[in-house]
Amino acid sequence: MKKLISAPYLLWMAVFIIVPLIMVAYFAFTTTDGAFTLDNLAAVSQYTNIFIRSIWLAAIATVICLIIAYPLALILARSDKSYQSAMLMIVMLPMWMNFLLRTYAWMTLLGNNGLINSFFSLFGLGPFKMLNTQGAVVLGMVYNYLPYMILPLYTVMEKIDISVIEAAQDLGCNSRKTLFKVIVPLSMPGIMSGITMVFVPAISTFIISRMLGGGSNLLIGDLIEMQFLGNSYNPNLGAAISLVLMVIILLIMTILNQFDEDDDRVLM
Amino acid sequence: MKKLSKAYMALVLLFLYIPIFVLIVFSFNVTKSRSVFSGFTFDWYIKLFHNELILKSLLNTIIVAVAASVAATILGTAAAIGINNMKKLPKTLVMQGTNIPIVNPEIVTGVSLMLLFVFFAARMNFEFGFVTLIIAHITFDVPYVILNIMPKFRQMNPHIYEAAQDLGCSPVSAFFKVVLPEIMPGVVSGFLMSFTFSLDDFVISYFTSGATSQTLPITIYSMTRRKISPEINALSTIIFVVVVIVLVVKNIIERKSALKKEVK
Amino acid sequence: MKKFLIALTALSVALMCGCSHIEEYEDEIEETEETEIQTVSVKDEEYYTRFKDSGLSINVYNWGEYIPDGSDEGVLNLNEEFTKLTGIKVNYSTYASNEELYAKLKGGGSTYDIIIPSDYMISRMIKEDMLEPLDMSNIPNFSNIMEKFQDSEYDPGSKYSVPYTWGTVGIIYDKTVVDEEEIGWDILWNEDYSGSILMFDNPRDAFAIAENLLGFSLNTEDSEELQKAAEKLKEQKKVVQAYVMDEIFDKMGAGEAIIAPYYAGDAVTLMDEFEDLAFAIPESGTNLFIDAVCIPKGCKNTEAAEMYINFLCERDVAYAVTDFIGYSTPNQAAFDMLDDDVKNDGISYPDDEFIETKTTTFRNLSDEANLEMQTLWTEMKSSEEETPNRFIVPAFMLLCVVASLIILIRRYIRKKKDIF
Repeated sequence: MKKLISAPYLLWMAVFIIVPLIMVAYFAFTTTDGAFTLDNLAAVSQYTNIFIRSIWLAAIATVICLIIAYPLALILARSDKSYQSAMLMIVMLPMWMNFLLRTYAWMTLLGNNGLINSFFSLFGLGPFKMLNTQGAVVLGMVYNYLPYMILPLYTVMEKIDISVIEAAQDLGCNSRKTLFKVIVPLSMPGIMSGITMVFVPAISTFIISRMLGGGSNLLIGDLIEMQFLGNSYNPNLGAAISLVLMVIILLIMTILNQFDEDDDRVLM
Repeated sequence: MKKLSKAYMALVLLFLYIPIFVLIVFSFNVTKSRSVFSGFTFDWYIKLFHNELILKSLLNTIIVAVAASVAATILGTAAAIGINNMKKLPKTLVMQGTNIPIVNPEIVTGVSLMLLFVFFAARMNFEFGFVTLIIAHITFDVPYVILNIMPKFRQMNPHIYEAAQDLGCSPVSAFFKVVLPEIMPGVVSGFLMSFTFSLDDFVISYFTSGATSQTLPITIYSMTRRKISPEINALSTIIFVVVVIVLVVKNIIERKSALKKEVK
Repeated sequence: MKKFLIALTALSVALMCGCSHIEEYEDEIEETEETEIQTVSVKDEEYYTRFKDSGLSINVYNWGEYIPDGSDEGVLNLNEEFTKLTGIKVNYSTYASNEELYAKLKGGGSTYDIIIPSDYMISRMIKEDMLEPLDMSNIPNFSNIMEKFQDSEYDPGSKYSVPYTWGTVGIIYDKTVVDEEEIGWDILWNEDYSGSILMFDNPRDAFAIAENLLGFSLNTEDSEELQKAAEKLKEQKKVVQAYVMDEIFDKMGAGEAIIAPYYAGDAVTLMDEFEDLAFAIPESGTNLFIDAVCIPKGCKNTEAAEMYINFLCERDVAYAVTDFIGYSTPNQAAFDMLDDDVKNDGISYPDDEFIETKTTTFRNLSDEANLEMQTLWTEMKSSEEETPNRFIVPAFMLLCVVASLIILIRRYIRKKKDIF
């Protein structure tokens, strides 16, 4: 009886999670007539540079997020308990805005006549080309996904027992040693889940590159979207690209999980 | 050290808030310019409230978010109870499956659902619209409900359910009287999480919505691809203000209930 | 926290004060409030009452910025007018290119009742049986359409489509910056304007420009010629700021870019608003396009859709359309209402001789050529200076597998050691 109660969900999962993925695989290996083919997968290799660019940009964005978020999470976790939750709310608040609007905001800021360039021109500098570059795409990723890095880091750091740190200090660690020998290893699960939570959406985005990259810095997401609803309709190729993307992410995550020995992932 | 960390904090906040702040300022601009502020007006707000497309997609968004999150909460709660009683192997398997929509890139989830719906649409003669959209939203909402509830089971004492039955409760009423209150915080936070995800989702909706079920994010997207009107800024401002109010109220309520607990 | 807010405010105030021209803009606002058609009078009101209380709705899928939508003051909202007149609700959504429309119809699963593709896309859709034939007895206003548009190469005998607008493709530029005497397509490759050039974000229009420059036919299906055109577009990449469609309104208007190829109608709209902009059709020739209203297969109530088409052919409606979106109208009745200076501006209504000698309409290409163009287009857009080895990704994936295996084995060994 008690097991039966999850039956509707299991059915749901089968129909709307598993079957669609099988369909992606099916499309990837067939032609438009439904005959088996490997051409689609072979055709994916034409877009090697897009894959490399996506992985590269997403990796840079992830690293920058980590660098920005780590000290911030540390400060947050060590700050006065009474306003910790308020501070956290202030940090997370931008995430609640629709992400298209957040990206749009940067579009207006980065333009040749945008606010940042107008600001520089007051000092006779510029205009700098910022919009429609890879840098703008990375900036968009960092801005949109930074909270996904802060939150898991904060969650683990908050749980670190202060006495452990004090013990390390008592045993003669200076502050840098405490950080790298105690705090960083203890916050490893947070780092790992933060990396996945930033890297996965960053590598597959198509809005950010379209809005901030000017259409010439295509990412994997753009490529997939183009095959399904965009300028070059070819769902079979699109499915093949999706499949390769899925496998790449799966592989990268497996490797990341190896570092995270406790398998105790912090989600949200 | 304290000062340094405060300065760092301020810098990050500046980075996070400047774009939003600029959006808000320019929603009051007389002209459509996005870099020159030339006078104060409320016109864009008035226009926004007369823009039927936006109002309609706002309504659509709310309908979809409510329907999907309620359905996902019911489905997910039932699922969590079942999963909790499973043996280890099936449990891990099901949890792995549950993780798929969370770990998979959104675009792949969207595309895969689209392929499924297209396949059935061609054969069963239905079209993309609210049904497909709500199904898609439930699919990515349920995992969050389950993940929010599972830890509550771990914290719960498994014997209280048996105790309730020993004391004469039927299994069903024992569930509603004893188990449900225990896992309620998880259910509520799962519901809220899926509601906000549904409200905000663009990518999956983009692939699964139809002609009549445009949600607000989709409308915003098509707005950014055309002649841009400061209405979009006005809309951002309103969304921002609503979010601030909701979060502040939520924080105040939480603080009050925490205080009450302390007093008790 | 407070200090931070103060800093924010101070910064923004500084930015705002640095550059404000309040008076200038106020003048402009007054100027734009000219009188336009305020009500629509239709020929035969009786005709539109057929579905009055049936609660019907139709899904209209149109280009962005392609119908008066009441967004500016004094402009009609035509969809609203239609609902008022007929009681039929209109679900309106937009696309940015013919190819997008095609993809959405082909694989999107949504059904639409009204679409407005261009010539070549119409013939492709006819060929692939995606359109519903029209019942002209339900579209009496078809007689308003000029005779020369009543029959066409893409849809002989107008069985499937009713022309909505037409126009040419040319170059919009900022005349305060661009001082070339003659504007040709090669200006889009000119390195002097590097970073200030916009380009079409759809394969057909973009290829046409390259083909024109190379002296090929705009309808070439020759694989070699297509590849050369793609090569040409690749060359252009380094001077292009962004690949866009309707975003050009914004980018050209705000002075973000100074040269962009686009449709004549939108150029008219832009020039109305921004005095510095000008439009030129290169001497070497260009594309002439006709966008026509069609009913796609899957439409549930063709009669209601035909009513919408008939409505678009009403004199007042067609006039409101051409007046607002700036595209040329194929509707004789509406054309007669236009001011002479619009008729003679040389942009919207070029003379017959020009059309005869300088313009080409797109024809639908063969499936192979279409596919090749698509592939070349994606490749062009994704290309970088040097093409990386195509085995990098598989090699990378293999490396990942090996790495995780090694880690797994090491951990396994360590565990075994722990046991002992």
